[in-house]
Amino acid sequence: MTIDRRSILQGCLATAAAALAPVNVVAQSPQLITRPIPSTGERLPVVGLGSWITFNVGDDSVLLDECAAVMAAFFEAGGRMIDSSPMYGSSQPTIGYGLRKLGFPQALFSAEKVWVSNPSKGPVQIEQSRSYWGVPRFDLMQVHNLISWQEHLETLFAMKAEENVRYIGITTSHGRRHNEFEKILVGQPIDFVQVTYNVLDRGVEKRILPLARERGIAVIVNRPFQRGHLIKRVERYPLPEWAAETGAGNWAQFLLKFIVSNPAVTCAIPATTRVDHVRENMAAAMGIIPDEALRRRMAAYVQQL
Amino acid sequence: MSEFWTYGPSDFLLFSPRVYYRQFELHNQALWPAQIIALGLGVTLFFLVLRPSPVRSRVVAAILGLLWVWVGWIFVWQRYTTINWVAAYAVPLFMMQGALLLAAAATRNGLDIEKEWTFIRGFALALLLFTLFFYPLLAPLWGRSWQAAEIFGIAPDPTALATLAVVALSRSRIRWPLMIVSALWCAITGATLWAMAAPDFWVAPICALVALTVRWTARRPTPRRYRHRNVPHCDV
Repeated sequence: MTIDRRSILQGCLATAAAALAPVNVVAQSPQLITRPIPSTGERLPVVGLGSWITFNVGDDSVLLDECAAVMAAFFEAGGRMIDSSPMYGSSQPTIGYGLRKLGFPQALFSAEKVWVSNPSKGPVQIEQSRSYWGVPRFDLMQVHNLISWQEHLETLFAMKAEENVRYIGITTSHGRRHNEFEKILVGQPIDFVQVTYNVLDRGVEKRILPLARERGIAVIVNRPFQRGHLIKRVERYPLPEWAAETGAGNWAQFLLKFIVSNPAVTCAIPATTRVDHVRENMAAAMGIIPDEALRRRMAAYVQQL
Repeated sequence: MSEFWTYGPSDFLLFSPRVYYRQFELHNQALWPAQIIALGLGVTLFFLVLRPSPVRSRVVAAILGLLWVWVGWIFVWQRYTTINWVAAYAVPLFMMQGALLLAAAATRNGLDIEKEWTFIRGFALALLLFTLFFYPLLAPLWGRSWQAAEIFGIAPDPTALATLAVVALSRSRIRWPLMIVSALWCAITGATLWAMAAPDFWVAPICALVALTVRWTARRPTPRRYRHRNVPHCDV
């Protein structure tokens, strides 16, 4: 073996690359499946992180640290979108605590909501939310559950024009107010919609998801596990023998794979308090994406349980 | 607003059971050893109700009034609202109840607690003892940490139940408003625990319902000032 200048240089570069490797993995995670936000082409991993109930821990320092650990595992796995709302109790300050503890990871895609019936209080609430998170601005601001949506959207369009927010959207959950939702999809230049969708709640497949795809609107999916009820319902049963074809190693991944394999879906946002669960969820954003035939088989299997 | 009816109790639940019960753990840790003083006040309340007098009825009202204001402030407002913004709407209820009891304490006969040994008297004293000494055991009995014990004068549920027990013996006109506010809180807490699928969700609401039923069906207590007129008479 000869030692020359080239081999020394290669060795030095390899050492430097090894030292930088964790940062690159966190920042890029090439294995993660991503989808573009149609209005800009910016890509997001198909699994994000919700905060409903799970991050509402008050000022309990033990639980705050547990939530920060969940966020750390989420970013380590290549996650980007974290979603919250002023309605979610102390979830916003909890996210702010985690972000400060983690040094505000650059990968963060911050998704928030405005949720106040008096439209004049919208800007104050948005500023309060921003202060809780500790970010200079939100990536996405959504009108929560269509509350005073006409007036709030005017505020959000103005904010977007001033580059105080990058994307705007609307949300609903539990399949409510879909007719009004459709009208907004058709009539307003929004970037995102957020809806409830899972293997059992499939109402959005008929109109909302095709319309969002046609209009070039990104789709966030909430309640992927029906707030945990769906997991409890199916985990008594074994995964089907053909589960490996879906790329799922457990029920959480099976249910998430079903959601993100719908081509209209941009990102599902399961919420959890556990580091092992967030890792499982993020693993659902890797590997195989089931095709339409497999999706039908997955839905039929869960429905007959 | 038609979609309002599509919501279930669990849709309004903002927190997990673990976070809820840790509220009591942290509260007990933060206030220790106030629990001893609170239980001491509870025992004092029991003996004052056992041998009531106008002065003792006033002291009973003052103790309960101060405890409603204290629990409303230190637990509901300062702690519970950090995980449940809806609880902020309950704070005025606690303050109103406290003010009503303190107003009663300022009157000549206070809560005007009846002396006669009746069924309701036995029931009320039993409910008071249950609340003081058995209610804190519910946490360990249902597999939760004993540090999450809910104690009279520290946590809202046993404070409301003890108030129901005492006020059931009152001859004062404000008896019903006081009982209704206490029962309302027991219903709220029962709904919260039910939404969390807690196995003991029924304890406070059932105790409140029984107390209201017993009070409602019991012989109507005679206000002190009319007692002398209740001499049987006949017209001939």
